[in-house]
Amino acid sequence: MSTHRSRTRVGPGTAHRAGPLDVDALLADRTTQIVVCCGSGGVGKTTTSAALALRAAEQGRKVVVLTIDPARRLAQSMGIAELDNTPRPVADVDGTAGGSLDAMMLDMKRTFDEVVLSQASPEKAEQILANPFYIALSSSFAGTQEYMAMEKLGQIHREHVQGSGDYDLIIVDTPPSRSALDFLDAPERLSSFLDGRFVRLMLAPAKGPARLMTAGFSLITNALTKILGAQFLKDLQTFVAALDTVFGGFRQRAQKTYSLLQADGTAFLVVAAPEPDALREAAYFVERLSEDAMPLAGLIVNRASAVPVSDLSAEEAVAGAERLLVEDPDSLTAGLLRLHADRARLVEREGELRDRFATAHPQVATAVVPALAGDVHDLDGLRRVGDLLGEVTTDAEPESTQRR
Amino acid sequence: MSQRPKVRLHVVTGKGGTGKSTVASALALALATAGRNVLLCEVEGRQGIARMFDVDPLPYEERRLTTGLPDAEGGRGVVHALHIDAESALLEYLAMYYRLGRAGRALDRFGVIEFATTIAPGVRDVLLTGKVYEAVQRNSRNKGAIQYDAVVLDAPPTGRITQFLNVSNELAGLAKVGPIRSQSDTMMTLFRSPRTAVHLVTVLEEMPVQETADGIAELRGADLPVGSVIVNQVRPRDLSPAALQAARAGTLDRAAIRTDLERAGLAGVDTLTEGLVAEAHDHAERRALEDSQRAVVERLGVPTCELPRLAGGIDLGALYELAGMLREQGMTGGPR
Ligand SMILES: Nc1ncnc2c1ncn2[C@@H]1O[C@H](COP(=O)(O)OP(=O)(O)OP(=O)(O)O)[C@@H](O)[C@H]1O
Ligand SMILES: Nc1ncnc2c1ncn2[C@@H]1O[C@H](COP(=O)(O)OP(=O)(O)OP(=O)(O)O)[C@@H](O)[C@H]1O
Ligand SMILES: [Mg+2]
Ligand SMILES: [Mg+2]
Repeated sequence: MSTHRSRTRVGPGTAHRAGPLDVDALLADRTTQIVVCCGSGGVGKTTTSAALALRAAEQGRKVVVLTIDPARRLAQSMGIAELDNTPRPVADVDGTAGGSLDAMMLDMKRTFDEVVLSQASPEKAEQILANPFYIALSSSFAGTQEYMAMEKLGQIHREHVQGSGDYDLIIVDTPPSRSALDFLDAPERLSSFLDGRFVRLMLAPAKGPARLMTAGFSLITNALTKILGAQFLKDLQTFVAALDTVFGGFRQRAQKTYSLLQADGTAFLVVAAPEPDALREAAYFVERLSEDAMPLAGLIVNRASAVPVSDLSAEEAVAGAERLLVEDPDSLTAGLLRLHADRARLVEREGELRDRFATAHPQVATAVVPALAGDVHDLDGLRRVGDLLGEVTTDAEPESTQRR
Repeated sequence: MSQRPKVRLHVVTGKGGTGKSTVASALALALATAGRNVLLCEVEGRQGIARMFDVDPLPYEERRLTTGLPDAEGGRGVVHALHIDAESALLEYLAMYYRLGRAGRALDRFGVIEFATTIAPGVRDVLLTGKVYEAVQRNSRNKGAIQYDAVVLDAPPTGRITQFLNVSNELAGLAKVGPIRSQSDTMMTLFRSPRTAVHLVTVLEEMPVQETADGIAELRGADLPVGSVIVNQVRPRDLSPAALQAARAGTLDRAAIRTDLERAGLAGVDTLTEGLVAEAHDHAERRALEDSQRAVVERLGVPTCELPRLAGGIDLGALYELAGMLREQGMTGGPR
């Protein structure tokens, strides 16, 4: 294994398939400082992030994992059930290789509040924090969570990786984005929103003459007042005026974090389920990442159906079951054969889906993680997922999985 | 179940990826019996419906989508589809209620529409639910519009559904008075009435079931009517309870299986037997987990209905198949 891995920065069209993804090599590479797990909702981003973090820590890295809305039991078993927005050491991690694991769960609103507090004077901050628009923005603006995750990532990287050195690897979970890569777009969206025409208009009276606009503007404010009430506009004006001072620094930091994501020390892993929608989203992620020159390390196909032990085809199994059922309608063996057929069909379909993905994106290295029988809610479960991630699955070579 | 025919608005929620869009689509097909018009709405901007029915992306305009599942006499109603986005809903609202045709466009030019629909999530949700309300409760302002017998909403996920429907509460901080405020109160009256049913889709796994339980408690706390829990993607039930137990305990009768396989004319029976026994063990473990989650679902005190996981995936045929199962299980209020 060469010490310098090459991460994909090219679009489709690269000659041959990248083959299996070597997760352990990625984690062992000391130049890897940040791993971002992205993907559509429910595919296993949080599980994968936590499993990778635990595995890296037990292999000797000093890891912090930034999770978003982990399942309750998983959070409890990692000791991060409380939201206090600071990483806490995870108990029962095997530190014999010299590594360690801290974990935290992102508190979106609190991160936002902290930014405001650090940027504005105490009175001004108080005014902002109490404004109903700020409350709406900080708790549910589409993309706020993504933006705050990036904010927290930037902060931990500055203070703990470049600064104190208590961590050498940050693993970042991402929220279930409504649209792929919301977290790349969020800073831009927030900035363009704050630079938007309406916000500028709202600020205009305070900033001097904007005569051209005033006629149209009063038409609008009248309409808004009519529909939403006068208080609405007053709150809005206060909010916009207050934020203007705060957000200069915000934008700058967002830009820095964005460059950090493009840097060589970062690796993106796209997580997907072996389903058409999730793989379509994954394809979109892959394309966006390469457009934005973000370093993509590979695709993780999570919760794949386990390949059946026997390679009897689904059709033969069904035919056999039917013959048995003629004689005995309760035949146990017929039931077993039908189960086998069901599984064989699933596996075949998943293999086809992966193959299609690989044909369109041959440059993307892939790891396949089979579904465990139960949920993953403790360190042992995470270790098992970590082991599966670490196994270099030759299975990921899509042609070889085609079962007949 | 006997109340079902009263339901005009079916809201389908559930944890992400459990099958909200699939179930909402199948339910719309099931509800469209002879002579009935059904509207299937989407609000999240994902174009899931268009993909599912393999049609062009839906505009902000009601489109005829397909015909419903035939009933016993072979009659079928019509399913229409609508993709609701907040910007269009606001412009339509301004035009309909304020005749703000021109000023509405001026608002757009000044970025107000974008502002109102992005920053204020409360406003956004009111606009989306407002259009749904309009479709259920058609009045004379919307001339020549189709009267729907039922509206099915492919809704936001469980974590957001109560906030989404609880519009007057969401607006409380933002708009304290004014017409939007009083209209949102009227909308709440419909959402809280027996004419609305919020269905929760889940799979038999711990997290989605937990989220379903939390969601039901939240809905009830906000006086929103809980409909059914739809358990989706249920594993095949090809083995009896006794066989499952034996499979888990590793006591399946290998010799008998071997003989059966030979009788069925299959080759390589030794490895095949071992393979089937191992697969059965795996399956039985998962079934045991499913059963424990099913017990949790049953304790929720909500009518339930189950849909199997279709190994071939979801296509148009599969949607009709699922629609038939929903109808059979009483989800449409008809005879079982
Ligand atoms: N390989 C696996 N085998 C079995 N269960 C798994 C596996 N990976 C994830 N799960 C389970 O799937 C569920 C969803 O996983 P997870 O919470 O990690 O997804 P997510 O992508 O973070 O979801 P969200 O988008 O909602 O944040 C959890 O219950 C988890 O335990
Ligand atoms: N009964 C079923 N059998 C087989 N596959 C199913 C079934 N129900 C849903 N699916 C598949 O599961 C995936 C998720 O379903 P769907 O898109 O309906 O979920 P959703 O809850 O709307 O997801 P999202 O939260 O992303 O909107 C799809 O690939 C769909 O085809
Ligand atoms: Mg998650
Ligand atoms: Mg959907």
